[in-house]
Amino acid sequence: MTEQITGAQALIRALELENVDTIFGLPGGCILPAYDPLLDSHIRHILVRHEQGAGHMAEGYAHVTGRPGVALVTSGPAATNMVTPLCDAYMDSIPMICITGQVPTSAIGTDAFQECDTVGITRSVTKHNELVMSADEIPLIVRQAFHIATTGRPGPVLIDVPKDCLQNMMTWHWPTDEEVLESLPGYKPNTKGHSRMIKEAARLILDSKQPVLYVGGGVLKARAADTLRELAELINTPVVTTLMARGAFPDSHPLCLGMPGMHGNATAITAMQKSDLLINLGARFDDRITGKVSTFAPDAKIIHVDIDPAEQGKVRRPDVPIVGDCRLVIEELVKTIKEMLANGEVQADISAWKSRVSGWQEQFPMYYSPNEPGEALKPQFCLEKLHELAPAGTILCSGVGQHQMFSSQFWKFEEPYTWVNSGGLGTMGFSIPAAIGAKVARPDRTVWAVDGDGCFQMTAQELVTASVERIPIKVAVLNNSYLGMVRQWQEMFYDERYSEVYLSPELPDFVKWAEAMGCVGIRVESPEEVEPAIALANSINDRSVVVEFRVDAGEKVFPMVPAGFGNDDVLLHPNQNDRREFLR
Amino acid sequence: MSMTPNTTSMPSHHILSVLVQNRAGVLARVSGLFARRGYNIFSLAVAPTEDPEFSRITIVVDVESAPLEQIVKQLFKLIDVVKISELDPRRSVERELMMATVRVASEDRGQVVELANIFEGKILAVGTEAITVSLEGSPDKLDDFEELLRGYGIVELQRTGRVALPKLDKEARTRPHKNGKAS
Repeated sequence: MTEQITGAQALIRALELENVDTIFGLPGGCILPAYDPLLDSHIRHILVRHEQGAGHMAEGYAHVTGRPGVALVTSGPAATNMVTPLCDAYMDSIPMICITGQVPTSAIGTDAFQECDTVGITRSVTKHNELVMSADEIPLIVRQAFHIATTGRPGPVLIDVPKDCLQNMMTWHWPTDEEVLESLPGYKPNTKGHSRMIKEAARLILDSKQPVLYVGGGVLKARAADTLRELAELINTPVVTTLMARGAFPDSHPLCLGMPGMHGNATAITAMQKSDLLINLGARFDDRITGKVSTFAPDAKIIHVDIDPAEQGKVRRPDVPIVGDCRLVIEELVKTIKEMLANGEVQADISAWKSRVSGWQEQFPMYYSPNEPGEALKPQFCLEKLHELAPAGTILCSGVGQHQMFSSQFWKFEEPYTWVNSGGLGTMGFSIPAAIGAKVARPDRTVWAVDGDGCFQMTAQELVTASVERIPIKVAVLNNSYLGMVRQWQEMFYDERYSEVYLSPELPDFVKWAEAMGCVGIRVESPEEVEPAIALANSINDRSVVVEFRVDAGEKVFPMVPAGFGNDDVLLHPNQNDRREFLR
Repeated sequence: MSMTPNTTSMPSHHILSVLVQNRAGVLARVSGLFARRGYNIFSLAVAPTEDPEFSRITIVVDVESAPLEQIVKQLFKLIDVVKISELDPRRSVERELMMATVRVASEDRGQVVELANIFEGKILAVGTEAITVSLEGSPDKLDDFEELLRGYGIVELQRTGRVALPKLDKEARTRPHKNGKAS
């Protein structure tokens, strides 16, 4: 019995069969046919105000669920507006499906209205993309897209669908798993680590006197937080969690050193530098972690676990490369180490190393100068209070800049998938749409977006989406009237010559703007207003809330490894700098 | 693409034979990857294989532009790439085709014809003040021929980029990179 349906019906049915419950999108000419069968579908559609918002919402959704977020937009300008979210998702390995409309196949190449070369433009910012050429191809291409986006190293996949392919009739057929795999002869991600390499890694771990577990986003992608904890406790080894891995290991755990890197804390940075063995689990030796590569962890041997073979040796040559899924590999590592210990082997004594590390922790806690009476509010203080008053399980999203670093530094992450940010691409304006996507996926959780005044002005219009669609999020705008991180660089490295970083102290009026978008707006100017404002925001659950904190524009993010320098040259907070010899 | 790698001594280039699914845009994916990652292509040739589902792309890469291992791994990340073999230049046969139009007065034409004969080339067209010749052979041989023609004044010259297969002697071998690790 062959069933004839339109390509558009096939597309929506295929999404339903892939268990999609939410689509973030905005219709337009070429994608119009797909929006008709959507009316009859149980899939929830969130109508955004700008396509970039749909993309970041899909990312936020994927961040907190691990399931691919889906964005549906039209051709031309809608497709180009998706380039930033696609690139963002590609850099941070976020599973995402983006469906774009395209001009009819007969018009492709004629510079038709709202035509652009979507697959050409997005080729380098997607894990894969595909131009549909007939309605019959739709189910297979959708299945391929979900398979590719969610297996191996996750990433965004774009499907470009010409209008006639949506309108034409096709014979419905839902491909089997075998058909999908056969159609992709060049795609066979390896998930299981090589057993000999795992044994070698276990040997290095037991022999190391100064080990550090260097944990990246891959641990979260592999849903390996529990396994990681088992490994860390088994080998009693300190853990650093990169910006993408915050929450993969509890900050309150005695083995947790926090975030390393350009704005990491002194202990995490120094422990990596002095280590004799870095156990890299799903991280990629990003330049924001290594600083100057030639001086990075010079005495460390490297175990590198990554599902993407191309990450092995891309920046730092590993002594033991293990290609595989972090969860499966860590499980095998734990098993192998336990067997070796049961056979009478002993782990090297790391107590001297651990006391050295705790010495650094005592000397160099995260620090900021609390504000004196009459002084401007400190952004770090706001973050501390936000965390202190946050309901259990709160998800924190952030934009990009100083407020992002303060968030990572001063929030305490206790469970995985409670931190959503743009790490690799550094997309300003990420937080509000990402927070909306996260809230749609986890309506049971409180979702706070921490934003800067620069970031807020890039994507704030999505708060209208949040109000209309009844997705109550909370936004903390740390308003210092500056592009704060750029200002910090100009102060420190350009002799305080401030060029085009001053926004405006009075404009926009964030409270009025919030109210105009259907949100509650609150302005906070002094430390004593901070707690009541946050408590009020936390008590409002029927609409979104924007709290504007007027914060000290002169505040800088410390520690800081200046660009181009090695991690040994980390600049500490001025109040800690006299003790820096202690780090040598 | 202007320099020609030397094939006789230590290889200064790698030959990658890349089997891809024969689909729209696959060449753009491959060449785009080289451009984006800053790898240098000396030459590139594409054609369908004995199985029309697949095409073979022969890419000659400068050894110094990036570690070969990284290039191969990045190529594998392309979903349409099915298999990559590295052909050792010392253990493979390489061929290229060149066509050249040379400005030559009728009294000197005989010299060019003689050169073409020595190199086992072909005369494709003869005009009053120019002659078009073709030569198929190893890239070295083409280099030598091109050098000699230059003395006469080359009007136009076109080379195809090389294609290669492993030699059939005892030591013939390819190094297939099994595509079990793409991600």
